[in-house]
Amino acid sequence: MTLLSVENLTVKFHTRNGVTTAVDQVSFSVERGEILGIVGESGSGKSVSCYSLLGLVPMPPGKIESGRVMFDGKELLSMSEDELRELRGDDVAMIFQDPMTCLNPFLTIGEQLIEPLIYHRNYTRQQARERAIELMQETGIQQAETRFDAYPHEFSGGMRQRVMIAMALITEPKLLIADEPTTALDVTIQAQILELVAELQKERNLGVIFISHDLAVVRDLADNVMVMKEGKVVERNATAQLFANPTHPYTQQLLNAVPNGAKAYADLSQDHALLKVEALTTSFLDRNSGQRIKAVDAVSFDIKRNEILGLVGESGSGKSTIGRSILKLVNADSGKVIFDDQELLALNRKAMLPYRKRIQMIFQDPYASLNPRMTVFDALAEPMLYHGVANKQTVESQVLDLMDDVGLARKAVKKYPHEFSGGQRQRIAIGRAIATKPELIIADEPVSALDVTIQKQILALIFQLVEKHNLSMLFVSHDLSVVRSLCDRVMVIQHGKLLELAETETLWQSPKNDYTRKLLAAASGM
Amino acid sequence: MLRYIGLRLLQAIPVLFAVITATFFLIRQAPGGPFDAEKPVIPAVKRALEAKYNLDLPMWQQYLHYLGDLFKGDMGPSFKYPGWAVHDLILSGLPATAELALYALLVALLIGVAAGVSAALKPNTARDYVPMSLAMLGICMPTFLLGPLLVLIFGFWLQWLPISGWGDLPGDKILPSLTLGAAYAAYVARLTRGGMLEVMSQDYIRTARAKGLPERVVIVKHALRGGLIPVVAFLGPAFAGLLAGSFVVETIFQIPGLGRFYVQAAFNRDYTMILGTTIFLSTLIIVFNLISDLLATWMNPKLRNQLSTKAGGNT
Repeated sequence: MTLLSVENLTVKFHTRNGVTTAVDQVSFSVERGEILGIVGESGSGKSVSCYSLLGLVPMPPGKIESGRVMFDGKELLSMSEDELRELRGDDVAMIFQDPMTCLNPFLTIGEQLIEPLIYHRNYTRQQARERAIELMQETGIQQAETRFDAYPHEFSGGMRQRVMIAMALITEPKLLIADEPTTALDVTIQAQILELVAELQKERNLGVIFISHDLAVVRDLADNVMVMKEGKVVERNATAQLFANPTHPYTQQLLNAVPNGAKAYADLSQDHALLKVEALTTSFLDRNSGQRIKAVDAVSFDIKRNEILGLVGESGSGKSTIGRSILKLVNADSGKVIFDDQELLALNRKAMLPYRKRIQMIFQDPYASLNPRMTVFDALAEPMLYHGVANKQTVESQVLDLMDDVGLARKAVKKYPHEFSGGQRQRIAIGRAIATKPELIIADEPVSALDVTIQKQILALIFQLVEKHNLSMLFVSHDLSVVRSLCDRVMVIQHGKLLELAETETLWQSPKNDYTRKLLAAASGM
Repeated sequence: MLRYIGLRLLQAIPVLFAVITATFFLIRQAPGGPFDAEKPVIPAVKRALEAKYNLDLPMWQQYLHYLGDLFKGDMGPSFKYPGWAVHDLILSGLPATAELALYALLVALLIGVAAGVSAALKPNTARDYVPMSLAMLGICMPTFLLGPLLVLIFGFWLQWLPISGWGDLPGDKILPSLTLGAAYAAYVARLTRGGMLEVMSQDYIRTARAKGLPERVVIVKHALRGGLIPVVAFLGPAFAGLLAGSFVVETIFQIPGLGRFYVQAAFNRDYTMILGTTIFLSTLIIVFNLISDLLATWMNPKLRNQLSTKAGGNT
């Protein structure tokens, strides 16, 4: 018998701004022991199509307009709220994207783990505790006995996701819905979690719906893949066939959007570097222990003119701190930063000003880094006027040129940031960065908050602008595939130390360091 | 943590000192003195009285005398109630006022939290607008209006409750507690609503629902802990405010509390009494703020840890 079958499901949202169709005539099914991957960009309806079955979409504004959903022989859509609640966390369990925010910070891990057993299975606390500790061990949480009474903030991101998985599986559910469970994790942790999910799924003969925006993640894991766009299923096939012969143009576009291959090199034989960093060390005071922790530890490298240097590491490795230390947004302890023959670290605020014009920064989150009360025009004009790149007469035409450069419509110049999509906002942020005609740009994870097709467009834009304006760039990222397609050379750092610095293809073909090998394996394994 | 408490108490000393000094000199600037009455006292008697209480000394000497006595734990005699020491008067009024403030706080919490949670669960519906409008009304309505209004309704028209007294008739503590608690109930309701709205939109509430927990458990166990932190942080200042602000209610309902001493002392220029009650209330405000800060910190596991590591490392 089919575990879950969904037929012609349509979900609409009735809001003040009209009715939107989030899920449009969607049908799919999952057998026991099958992993179904649902792939699509944010807003494609992939999460809503699963949440709505279980009564997890707030209604109103949501409304299930039509459909028939059978789970384990029972019709779901006619169930009462209480019957659905009985099903959730018992026969159907879920894990979510961000384990940082999905666990209650006010309750211990143990308390949260045992809840499903207590409310669905009438276990005593002692019985539930024993079962929870067994499952913590099974999902790879060390010292489960003592960790049971710890709070979420005492766990790392990867460990928290293991807790989420243990919590989901504690009632031995028949169906697991995993909504982007690895998106918020570092690449090596991602690989571990995916492995764990695959392993547990086989042992328990679980049906799994694996929701992701990332085709690469689904490829190794899923038996079947369904691609969604704007609430509709555009293609559904066995995984191997789908990747071999994508029939729908959107699927093809998604597949092409996965960054792959390398770019032409800049001239690296030039002996005069634009930026030279020597033994840069930056430390922070850890409030808990009272000790200084070295975020960046004696790191040296250089960036040639017109070069894009990739800087790769996991979160907490100190990669963002390097960028910020160069711009003196944080104070370095020691070392030298030599930009165009001038040492920067010793400069005072005033002497630093001309260099702020020549070195600009792009941040990860285009939502947070643009002032919501400034129009695009103001945001772009401000640095131009301040640094004297433009004057009152020329500023308007220069801003419009910049809009052309970053691929935004000229008439959008009077709009505010909230009126743009994430990708468009990042274009504005890039425009702001190149407005002062800088020579060096430090880009801190500029595409990691974006959907994969938008990522590709923004990367193309960055590449094009680097060529056009003869820029150099330090490109900070945790994503190796992005770095490969863009950078001339790549440096890998871990715990604040430089492990390896090599030309991109050399690093890919023959990595010298174990950690680099692990990173590469984790990235290509997905 | 002991170190943290000690540090906060040390910080309180200059604050108290400033309060004492400012009160001491300000009250002396007010025209008249403790022995000026409608019926004038014979100048010789007045001089003798002033000499007895050191009021004939230069101001700075009086100030030093007072500080010296205070340091020994003596707040001095009351000028208006002969034979009474200030601290005896404060202690005689404190039980009624403290009890009233406590009940008012309970009223504020019960009504405020219930209204706030109810509003946060159905935001922007009648269940939100009605209690929140009432809360706004509660904040706007002064106690000297609400008190007589409640007396009129429940005391005279419905004849359900006694209209004055404290502990004399059954139920005579209800109306004063309601009157004093109403405004604070309104603040608590608004704080609860804000806190709960914030928490209910968190991802971990979705997790709790995905686990199939009954809605009651989702709200009480998962949401309320985080949602009430702003309320807990407000409790200290609120309790101190209730103690200090009980005067109007005590007057309306004829309650033998602290408030009447405080206000009458100001009218009577009873210098030591004013200083004594001010010092007493300032100390309470400082202590209750500290307690509610500690409580709010302790409620957050992340911060609780920091408290104990600090204590472990330094005490």
